Amino acid sequence: MKQEFTISLFTEDHIGILGQITIILTRRQINIDSITASESAVTGVQLLTIVVSTTDEMIQKVARQMEKLVDVMKVFVHSSDQIIYQEIALFKISTKGLMSGNVIDHIVRDHHARILEVSPEYIVLEKTGHKTEITELLAQLEPYGVLQFARSGRVAITKQVKELNSYLKEMDEANRFKTEPTLN
Amino acid sequence: MKTVQEKEQATIEVNGQKHITGAEALLECLIEEGVDTIFGYPGGAIMPVYDKLMDYEDRLKHILTRHEQGAAHAAQAYAMVTGRPGICFATSGPGATNLVTGIANAFLDSVPVVFITAQVVSSLIGTDAFQETDIIGVSMPITKWNCQVKKSHEIPDTIAKAFYIAKSGRPGPVLIDITKDAQLEKLNFKYKKCDYIRSYNPHIPLHTKAIESAAIMINHAERPLILAGHGVLISGAEDELKAFAEKTGIPVASTLLGLSGFPSSHRLFTGMLGMHGNYGPNLLTNEADLIIAIGMRFDDRVTGNLKKYAKKATIIHIEIDEAEINKNVVVDVEINNDAKEALKYLIPLVKENSFEKWIREFRICDKTEYEKVIKPETIPEKGEIKMGEVVSRISEITKGEAIIVTDVGQNQMVAARYYKFNHPNSLVTSGGMGTMGFGLPAGLGAKIGRPDKQVITFVGDGGIQMTIQELGTIFQYNVPVKIIILNNNFLGMVRQWQDMFFDKRYASTELVNPDFVMISKAYSIPAKKVSKREDLNSSLQEMLASEGPYLLDIAIEKEGNVFPMVEPGASVSEIRLTY
Ligand SMILES: Cc1ncc(C[n+]2csc(CCOP(=O)(O)OP(=O)(O)O)c2C)c(N)n1
Repeated sequence: MKQEFTISLFTEDHIGILGQITIILTRRQINIDSITASESAVTGVQLLTIVVSTTDEMIQKVARQMEKLVDVMKVFVHSSDQIIYQEIALFKISTKGLMSGNVIDHIVRDHHARILEVSPEYIVLEKTGHKTEITELLAQLEPYGVLQFARSGRVAITKQVKELNSYLKEMDEANRFKTEPTLN
Repeated sequence: MKTVQEKEQATIEVNGQKHITGAEALLECLIEEGVDTIFGYPGGAIMPVYDKLMDYEDRLKHILTRHEQGAAHAAQAYAMVTGRPGICFATSGPGATNLVTGIANAFLDSVPVVFITAQVVSSLIGTDAFQETDIIGVSMPITKWNCQVKKSHEIPDTIAKAFYIAKSGRPGPVLIDITKDAQLEKLNFKYKKCDYIRSYNPHIPLHTKAIESAAIMINHAERPLILAGHGVLISGAEDELKAFAEKTGIPVASTLLGLSGFPSSHRLFTGMLGMHGNYGPNLLTNEADLIIAIGMRFDDRVTGNLKKYAKKATIIHIEIDEAEINKNVVVDVEINNDAKEALKYLIPLVKENSFEKWIREFRICDKTEYEKVIKPETIPEKGEIKMGEVVSRISEITKGEAIIVTDVGQNQMVAARYYKFNHPNSLVTSGGMGTMGFGLPAGLGAKIGRPDKQVITFVGDGGIQMTIQELGTIFQYNVPVKIIILNNNFLGMVRQWQDMFFDKRYASTELVNPDFVMISKAYSIPAKKVSKREDLNSSLQEMLASEGPYLLDIAIEKEGNVFPMVEPGASVSEIRLTY
């Protein structure tokens, strides 16, 4: 059974790392639902958040393959209930349609959206939330003439307590007990 | 023109650091890493490096192959027989793309090769300049790591990192792409070997709990079987494997690349696994109640139909690459560690035991296989010469002391089946990729790596023609490798499949061949054609006794098939002895 997973990858800032990661998904025929890249809480460490739908078995395999990449530090896979996440969407709607009556007020209030800009031609709304909430708002706005719509990738924070820093420390310690690589 | 000495004096030292060009820095780095041999091919973008190579001739021997693919395979074979990374140079564009097959081959077989490619000057990158290809993009999925260098001062650290990554953990090829301007630019040279990368930790602490539970399972098993892979050789765990098998009395089977990790003549050795492996270990995999897989990856050529693979067995998997665990076969105990370290911890925990009844089952299978397949293949009384016969004679004459190199196809399977290996790392073959054309350049690389050993390369009449130009390299450097063409005038392995699965419709598999003896002689390599059984032994003896390189073109039965065989889609227990 396919389900939605959020992959959080902490990586070095190495050129080409995104390519290496997407190749792994492409080979396994997994579509990327959304992707965001940003700096993490640790300086110099990038955080990539990728949302995919696949099976439980397959996500374990691709996660291990990602973690194997030299420039990837740590990979976390979470189902949606293990994380707190948001997406942000911007809507550009024609003013004419929306200004009649109290429509705009209701919509903004009901959906916890925000008005960013109003001009005689268009209004720009912002909505932060889950994909389903954003799609609902989009559906509601459609009759009034949506001129543009853009939704961001997911940003996510895990509920688990152990942070990247402690993993980095563990990795450091493991390294101290290392032996010279033997090759015969 | 300046003399070499003048040039050397021109390298001034500032604060103990040499002020040298990127090209010189690259060569200094290689020397620091203990390199003495490079396989490669020059071209425009890499000329600054080649120019400096002349000044390092006393310390770095460069072998000019006839094609970059040959250089890549030779470097890989060199690494496989010496245990040290192979080094391969190529220029930008076509030089770099000619490496691709060789890089992929090293990647699939986990062999450390450091590939250095040159790139056009950095200001031209991205403009489709003359001989510019995006080799970083091209090689991304077939290298363990790759990196482009555009500034000379980045060369030492990048090379140090490349060596560390190539050698450690599960080894593999790395590629460093150096722009021409970085080769020419000067830097203050200082080298420090790399032993730590924050995002990469090949030194996995021992999973002692898992090993302890494995020991309990081993101590209670009734029909246990060890599957030994290439990882045994890579981690240098041959002695530990032997000690473990001898203490527990558990029979050992080997993957193709695992061959020579356990002596073929050992009483506990049951043979090779997989599609053309031995009867016993394939058949009895499905009777085992415990499988201890060490340094192997359950490739589909080993497992056959996964749905019917080892269903009666609990599986313990010792493997350094976590991504290989539970990839193809779901296992019961994961031991994500180096084979040698894991075995060292495991051996004291297991009890002394013996499984004579279980081993007798293997011996019964061996007898069947001997009567039905091995005897007619290795000691035929009449008819044309058979491949197995040639390999067997070589095995007997060399007493298992030679290094055997193969190409791909029937010649490869037969060489792996009938040579009796006595020493670790004495089989060099293309396992994961099955690259035709590997044999000849790999033979060259193996002989350069181990000049003290008799190196014999078996090739098909098809495969040799993919890289036959390397006879030129063998001639130029007088590399005394012995070449045996098992000549059936067919792309034998494909013909076998046509015979078995495509109604004997031999579509494009018959070859009209040149006179290989004449070709060899044109390169001044002594050669001889053998067609009669009575000439075989003396010709092999003559070849092995000769000082230099030698080529034997042996006419083999045209339509011989390799058996046993686990047909595609079949289970290992459905292995066939005939058809
Ligand atoms: C580069 C490459 N192309 C095609 C193949 C497919 N292939 C596998 S075995 C084989 C036939 C090899 O024939 P030959 O070299 O004469 O050896 P034989 O099997 O007769 O020993 C072919 C074409 C391959 N493995 N590698």
